[in-house]
Parts: sequence; C-alpha cells; structure tokens
Amino acid sequence: MILAGRLGAATVAGLLGGAVLLAVLNLLAPAVSAVHVPDFVISLAGKYLSLAILALAIDLVWGYAGILSLGHGAFFALGGYCMGMYLMRAIGSRGVYADPTLPDFMVFIGWKHLPWYWQGFDHFWFALPMTMLVPGALAFTFGWFAFRSRVSGVYLSIITQALTYALMLAFFRNDMGFGGNNGMTDFKEILGFPLNSRGTAVGLMLVSATVLATAFVAARAMTRSRFGKVLVAVRDAEARTRFLGYRPESYKLTVWVVSAAMAGIGGALYVPQVGIINPSEFSPANSIEAVIWVAVGGRGTLSGAILGAILVNLSKTWLTSALPGLWLFAIGGLFILVTLFLPRGIIGLLTPRLRRAPRTPAVLPIGADRAVREAPAE
Amino acid sequence: MRAVWRAAARGRGGVAAALLALLLALPGIARAETDPFADIASTTASVEARGVTALAMSGHPRAATVIDALRDGKLYGWKWAQPDQPLFIRTEAGFVDARSGEAVAAPAAGNLRKIVVSDTVRAAIETAEGALGLFADDAAKRRAAAEALFAAADPGSLSLIEKALAAERDPAVARVLHQAHAATLLKSEPEAVSERVAAVHELAKRGDLASRSLLQSLQDEPAPVAEAAAQAIAAIDRNIALWGLAQNAYYGVSLGAVLLLAAAGLAITFGVMGVINMAHGEMVMIGAYTTFVVQRAIAAGVPALDPYGLLIALPAAFLAAGIVGVLIEQTLIRFLYGRPLETLLATWGLSLVLQQAVRSVFGPTNQDVSSPAWMSGLVRLGGLTLTVNRLWIMLFAALVLGALMAALRWGGLGRSIRAVTQNRRMAAAMGIRTPLIDALTFGLGSGIAGMAGVALSQIDNVSPNLGQNYIIDSFIVVVVGGVGNLWGTLLGALTLGVVDKFIEPFAGAVLAKIMVLGFLILFIQRRPRGLFPVKGRMAEA
Amino acid sequence: MNAALLHLDGVTVTFDGFKALNALSLTVESGEMRAIIGPNGAGKTTLMDVITGKTRPDTGRVVFGDDIDLTRLDEPAIARLGIGRKFQRPTVFEPLSVYDNLLLSLAGDRRPSRALWARETAAERARLEELLATVRLTEQRHRRAAELSHGQKQWLEIGMLLAQEPRLLLVDEPVAGMSDAETAETAELLREINRTRSVVVVEHDMVFVRSLGVNVTVLHEGAVLAEGSIDAIQADDRVIEVYLGR
Repeated sequence: MILAGRLGAATVAGLLGGAVLLAVLNLLAPAVSAVHVPDFVISLAGKYLSLAILALAIDLVWGYAGILSLGHGAFFALGGYCMGMYLMRAIGSRGVYADPTLPDFMVFIGWKHLPWYWQGFDHFWFALPMTMLVPGALAFTFGWFAFRSRVSGVYLSIITQALTYALMLAFFRNDMGFGGNNGMTDFKEILGFPLNSRGTAVGLMLVSATVLATAFVAARAMTRSRFGKVLVAVRDAEARTRFLGYRPESYKLTVWVVSAAMAGIGGALYVPQVGIINPSEFSPANSIEAVIWVAVGGRGTLSGAILGAILVNLSKTWLTSALPGLWLFAIGGLFILVTLFLPRGIIGLLTPRLRRAPRTPAVLPIGADRAVREAPAE
Repeated sequence: MRAVWRAAARGRGGVAAALLALLLALPGIARAETDPFADIASTTASVEARGVTALAMSGHPRAATVIDALRDGKLYGWKWAQPDQPLFIRTEAGFVDARSGEAVAAPAAGNLRKIVVSDTVRAAIETAEGALGLFADDAAKRRAAAEALFAAADPGSLSLIEKALAAERDPAVARVLHQAHAATLLKSEPEAVSERVAAVHELAKRGDLASRSLLQSLQDEPAPVAEAAAQAIAAIDRNIALWGLAQNAYYGVSLGAVLLLAAAGLAITFGVMGVINMAHGEMVMIGAYTTFVVQRAIAAGVPALDPYGLLIALPAAFLAAGIVGVLIEQTLIRFLYGRPLETLLATWGLSLVLQQAVRSVFGPTNQDVSSPAWMSGLVRLGGLTLTVNRLWIMLFAALVLGALMAALRWGGLGRSIRAVTQNRRMAAAMGIRTPLIDALTFGLGSGIAGMAGVALSQIDNVSPNLGQNYIIDSFIVVVVGGVGNLWGTLLGALTLGVVDKFIEPFAGAVLAKIMVLGFLILFIQRRPRGLFPVKGRMAEA
Repeated sequence: MNAALLHLDGVTVTFDGFKALNALSLTVESGEMRAIIGPNGAGKTTLMDVITGKTRPDTGRVVFGDDIDLTRLDEPAIARLGIGRKFQRPTVFEPLSVYDNLLLSLAGDRRPSRALWARETAAERARLEELLATVRLTEQRHRRAAELSHGQKQWLEIGMLLAQEPRLLLVDEPVAGMSDAETAETAELLREINRTRSVVVVEHDMVFVRSLGVNVTVLHEGAVLAEGSIDAIQADDRVIEVYLGR
C-alpha cells in the first residue's frame, strides 16, 4: 500500500513534470541544440496523453469492476465528435465553400439548415460539457439495460463490441450529419488560438497532461473509497455483494458512466491535437487495442494503464514507420504474450508484492460456458 | 405476305393449317411479293429493317446466316443500285453469295458497301433472331425466342408467332408463345376488342412487371379492355408483392445459411467448450485460402480434376484449419481455460497475427478463386430468381449442420465430447483423455470453420480480412441461438438472416445492419441465455 | 418468542420438469435455531435460494415477519430486510483485507453515492472491533482474506453476516472441511449468534447437528419428511429408510 501510494505520487509528478519539461525544451531550447524537442514530439506527446485518459477509463471498469469493455472507443469517439463539432463551427466562413452558417460537408451534400443537434456547438462552454455528457448518456442507457438484466462477462464484452460497430456504421452514413466517412477535419482554431501554431500545440499538450493527472487522482480517490472496495467485491464475488444487500448493477452503472465520460474527455483532447475525427475511431479494433494498453501496463493499477498506453503507442509510432509490416505481428503477439505470461502487466513485474491481478479460479474448460457468465459461487 | 398470314390465322382450323403448310413449303411464292434480300440492301433504314423481319419470317434456309452476318458487320452490297441487288457475306475464305451461300468472285473493293446497322435495324435484328429461334429443335431455345418476342412485342411478328404456335407441341413453350401473342396483339390490333380482352387475361396470367407496364398502357382503351386491364394490374400487383416476399425470404434464408456456416464451428468451440475464439474468422479465412491453393495446385498439376477442385478443397480445408486449431489449443487456449476474458484478448491477438501472416505470404489483395460450372447460373421458380451457388451453399450448410449433429450424437469423438461436457471428472475417471478431447474438439470446430471458408470463397472476396467480416455475426448467431445448442444456432442464423433481409428493403443495408445490432443488444439483455437456454439447476451454478 | 419469523407455504420449484421443491411448508420462529438435513437432491440449497430471492418459486408463498412476501423481492432487497446467507463454499472478498470485508458488510446505506463519500465513523470502528473478536480474527484484521485458512474464511463470512445485523441467518454447511476443533468452535459461535437472532443451519454432519441441540427438519424429495428433536428424528423409520435405503 505504501508502495502504491508512492507510485501514485510518482505518476502525477512524472506526468506533470514530463509535460512541462517537454514544453520548456520545445519553446526555449534553440532548434540546433541537442536537447531541443521538435514540434512533432509535442503533438505526439499530446496524443499519447489523450489516449492514456482512455486507458485510465478502461482500467477503471475492467481493472476494478471486472467489466471488459470492447467498445470504449465509442465513448472516446463521441467525445471527439462533440469537440469536432465545436471546431467545425469555429471555422466559420473560412471553409472551402465559405458558407456562413453551414460546415463544408453539409454544403457538399446539399443541406440548407444546420440540424437541431448542431445547435449550441458554436460555444465552447456548451461543447465542453457535451464531450462528457453525450458519452455518459449513451453509457447510462446502455448500462442501465445491460447491468440490470445481469449481462456480464464475455456477453457484455461482445455487446459492447456490437455497440461500437453499430455506431461506426451509423457515423459512416452521410445523412447522419457528422461528415460521413470523411468525418471532420481542416479545423482552424480553438478558443481563438490557431491550431497550427506551436504555442497552441504546447498548450494543448500541457492541458492534456493536467487533465490526465486530474483524472488519475480522481480515479484513485474513487477506487480507494468504500465505493472502490465494493467494486472490487462485485468483481470477485458478485453474488456475495448481492446477498449483503448491495445492488451490483448500480455500482457497475456508476463506474461505467464515469468511465465513459472520462473516455469522452480523452477524445475531446485528442481531436484538436490530431486535427481530424472520423468514423474509424469507432472501429472495434481500436477499442480492443486500447484494452491491450491497459493489460500491458497492468490491469487494476491506474499507473499501469497510463504507462501501458504511452509505451504501446510509442512502440506503434516507431514500428509503423520503421517496420510497417511488423506492427500487426507485434501488437498481436503482445496480446498473446501479456495474457499468457504477464497477467499483471509491467507494473506487476516492477512491484512483485503489489496486490495480485484478479484471476478467476480455474474452471473446467469444456462446459465452462457457465463460468463464462461469472456464476455466483455457491 | 403479312396480310396472307394474318388471314390464315383468322381463318383458324384446317384452312389456316393448309395455308401455312403451303407457305412454308413454297417460300418462292412469299418472295414473289417483295424480296427481303432486296429490302436489306436498301439504304433506307426502315426498308432495311422490314427486310430483316421479312427474311426471318420467310423461313428461308439462309435467313439465320445472313442476319448474323448483318449483325456482325460482314454483309456487303453494291455501292450503287443493281437490278438484282446482290448481297455478299465476307468469310475467312472469301466472299459468298448471301442468297445461295456459294462462293463468288469478290467484287472490287471500291464497289463494295457494308450494310449499315442503325438502331432501327438493330431492333429488327433482335426480333428476327428471336423469331428464328422459334423453329429450333431445342425447346429451351424456342422458349427463349418466345420470351424475346414477348419482350419486343413487335406488331410485325404477330403472324410469325401464330405460325409457331400452330407448330408448337411443348406446352411450356406454347404458354410463352400465347403470352407473346397477347402482348403483340395488344400492340397491333386496336379494333379486335374481344380478342384484346382475352389477351389482357393472358397477360394477367403471366403476371410480371413487363406485362404490368404493357397493361398500364391500355388505360385509355374502350371500357371492356381498360377494365380488364385494371383488374389484371391489381392481380399482378398482389402477385408481385407475394413473390417479392418469397424472394426476400429466400435472400434471408440464403444469408442465414452463410451465417450458419460461419457460426457452425463457433457453436462447437464457443457453444460446447465455452472458449471465446476471436480468431474463429481466421479459421474461415484459412479455409478460403486453402481453396485457392488447392485450385492452383490442380491447375498446375492435374487440370483434369479442375471441376472437382472444391470437393478436394473441402477435406483439405478441414484438415488445414483443424490442424491450426489443434495447434492453437495446445499452445495458447489450454493455458487460459476458465479465463474467458483473457482468452478473448489472446485470440484477438492471434487473429491479427494470422491475418498479417497470410498478408505476408499471399499479399494484401483479393485472390482469385474460381467457381466450377456446376455452381454458376440461375434457376427461375415462378417469380423467384435463385442463384445456383447460393442453393449449393444452403445445401452445404444443411449438410454440415446435419453431419455435425450426427457426429456429436453417434460418433466416437462425439460421445467423448458429450461425456467431457457433462461431467469432466467422471469422464476422466472412465479413462477418457480429457486434454486430448479438448484439443480434438477445438480442432473439430476450427476444421468446420475451414470448410465454411471453402463455401464462402465462392461468394466473398478471398482476402486476409475475410474472417473479420464474419466474427461478430458468428458470435451473434451463437448467442442468439443459445450457447451449446446446435438447433439454436440454426434458428439463430435463419432468424438473423431473414430479419436482416426484411429490414433491408425499407432501411437500406447499413441501417438494417445497425438495426440488427441494436436488436441484438436488446435481445441479449432480455434473454441473456439465448433462444434455447440450457435450463435447470446446473445452468444457474 | 413464539411469533413466526419465516413462513413457507406450499412452495414448489420446478427445473425442467424436476420438482426441486414440492409443496414445501416450513415455519421458523423468532429466536429459533433450526437444523435442516436431508440427502443430496432433497432441495436444501433450493430452499435457501427461494428464501433469499435467488430463485422464484412456481407456486407458494414465503412470508417474512408479519406480512412481507419475499417472492416479490430480489436478493439485495431481501438482504436489507435482515436475512443473511452463508454459502456452502466460503465466499469472501479475497483481495480485500479482513477489516474491509467486515466494513463493507456493516448495516447501512448501500447506495453507490453514499459509498463514494463514506468515511469511517468511530461507531463503525467500535462495532468492527467487536465483530473481529466475535469471529476470532482480531489478529488477522490487516491480512487479505485470500490468505486466510479455510476455517478462518468460514468465520469471516459468518462475521460479515453478523455485520449485516440480520434477524435471520441462513447457514449452508458451515463445518464442511473443518477440523474437529474448528467444528466445535463453530457450534459454539452459532449458539452465541442464536442468542440474538434466528438461525437456519443446513448440515450433513450429524455430530455437529446433535451438538447444536436444536429441532431438526428432514427434507426429502423437496418436501418435509419429518420434524422434531434429533433423537426423535434418528428413531424415525421413514428417515432411516431414506438415509439407509430399504
């Protein structure tokens, strides 16, 4: 516990310190200097930090409540789309068609009026809460049905995957009013700051680091509260909690919605830093890849989720440019190796005495579909 | 000439037959009126077209050859008018006389004029070719010709149809001829009201869209005809709607068969063993690539076996995917039993590796898998159009499911699988080597996925992503059907297929897919154990 | 003392045509301790499932206290009414400490919003100390539950049930897998609990049942076969027949 406490403090310090260091070395070190940090590193760092927020959100539900979501990318993407809508509105009449009221893609498909669900996204103060409320509302609706009917285990995983898959198909449609398969791009500015300037990039990166650190502290407080203990109890012995008078579904729903909103914020930070949002963010492969970040770092440890997200994405950036053919082998192999040999992730490797990653007791394989439903012990 | 035939037709009975016989026997008399060859040589398109029609109906032995030559641009005339309007056909050996087919000395190139085929003439050629087929020996050809005449409904062919009708002995062909006659009559005989009403009824019996549009044009006719047409249209609409429903059901069942094939293996690995194999789609893909490799090997080695390529590919794919399955079970899955979420992640990783491996070996593009002749073509059944390859796939899916059920019920391995499923410890105590059974069960499920790949290679692109398209659907099928129940898998596949195809016409393919997924999400929440849950005390534990 | 606390009336549960409970009627009085025995498949576990809301009966009524119909409620609602259930296999929250296991079990508001902001109060702390002593785990308070011995887990689970402050405690085979000394201590513990609460014990171990010295109900094929003191039961011909065969 003491070690875990130090790890938490180290994580916050590392995130904020690292971000500030990168910013300083980018802005102040002369371009010729050996310690100068080029601009692309800043935007990469900002991207990784946003993805780490998604990883944190997944760890909250998977590591602590045992809900393996294969559709968290949907919440991330919804947050991103909300931010994208604000950024589209902020383009104003600087689009290709120079239409004063409509984004380019709407002019292109012949729309005359801004649809009702775009109202309000002119304002940052409206769009920002939406980046959490929209994914949160979807998560609430989905979770309310799913948890109440006691869908759990792989069944839940598969329907979360179906959820994000369905959303991907929906967002590919032009008549949804979100730009179809091109999505939204060519953003100009955020809150008046031009997106192509170095200062804005550094600012966004620093904001991402701060938000990630805040989310980390909040998630930590949550998991260490009595609420967090109940979550772990639900994860490992759901029937027991029910016979103690807890309603596991309301605990799951709470953490599920919080996690979805967190993922949404991650998406909202991601979009201005990569400059585009399109339906491929909803693809099931994206969501499941995010799960492996958490597994690599160490499921059930919040620092691990962040570490995993950053490490895996660093490798991805490097591998896809150095040896593009190898990336799928690498990520695929990572899935296999981590589940087989590193069930507690890197953090588990570093801190051998930390709480063990939860393991379902070995169940007989054939006919194990019963175990699949995480049957209450009897 | 046309007038003569028409008179003959009206005259019915023996007189007509006698006249027809006479006309057929003595083409010379018919030609005496106008020479169709001379008409064809005309530079006026309408005259030329008339000549084509006349020639076709004349029964001239050279008619088919000449019209084919005209269509192919091999028919030549003189550049300027000649008294007997000679026509020449260019062949590889030189020019022949169009009328007689005898080789003739070629006129000087400067004197030759290619007979032009304008749109008017082309239409006439099509009708003519139809007409010529009416007297073929092959009933199918005659029927096709009659259909062509129905479609053309060229007033000029009325007498020809009547002539053919008189000679036709095949009732099926005769029915089409009657329909063609009705259509043609409606286009050409404004006065004969009672005959037109009869023709309307004839078309109502045919009941397709072409008949409907023809009947639609009769709205301004005298009351009896217009009324009969209106009734006929209403009847046709009902009929078409019914056939449309049936066609949709067919599409749905056809999609269901594909889903069933893709899910059958999963019903074993997931349904019976409870293993979440996200690389299941890749087993299907391996089957499809095996088909490709087998076809290549046959083409290179023993081309004589080519028509049986798919039959050879089936066991090959079963073995290939089955062996890969056993390897996966031995190296990966067996360490993860009882940890479904970890199994899910590890097998997902495996699916990425397998895809990339296939991409590295075969390249990222689609591979060309050929279909044997016996699997292509269309079957018409009433108002239904059935593609032969889909019919084979349905049959194959049924066979696979049946074989699987039989194997589980009566086979030695099946008995062991059931024993291990029901009571693992007891099975082990009875001397069943349970780890071996686990591996073989997984291999069986994977092998079946591989065989599904052979079938899917016939209707889908064989690419490294092939499996990805089926994995979510397969899980949906197994879950909807109820885990561990093959009948449920069958019903789940058919339900999803039919539901999807019935939503599609209203909502479009993408929205249909979204709606099916939404339906699934609600369904799992309503019935987490599927359509056929395993009931009882054990299911709770 | 003589008011009925739990009353089952004509309860039938069917699984796939198999009658796990067959028009079973049973009354447990307030303050009573009752032992339930029966051969395998007699319906003991299903009976527990029905009382705690896990299984809904096809027919029949389950009345708790004056007039609460348990068949309309789900598990958490029934638990909050004051019915605690101990599973056959000890089920505790293994990753959590012994102390946290008991803390989560303390009676109180079970809503997530409360759990998020809850702080330990002095009263809670005092009660937990008391419970730790009762289940003989004071020394083990900071250890993770996973590290406890089998018997200690059984006691921890009983402690968790006590923390719930139930009026009725359902205990499923509490001494399975225990040493003789642990069995004797458990009997002592249950008698202690029975001073303030009603207890229903399902058990195979006849020595243990005898040591409890309470009325016994014998279940057979989903219905009550006999009821009475342990001596009367052991002399009952029908019971002997069921247990030993003809």
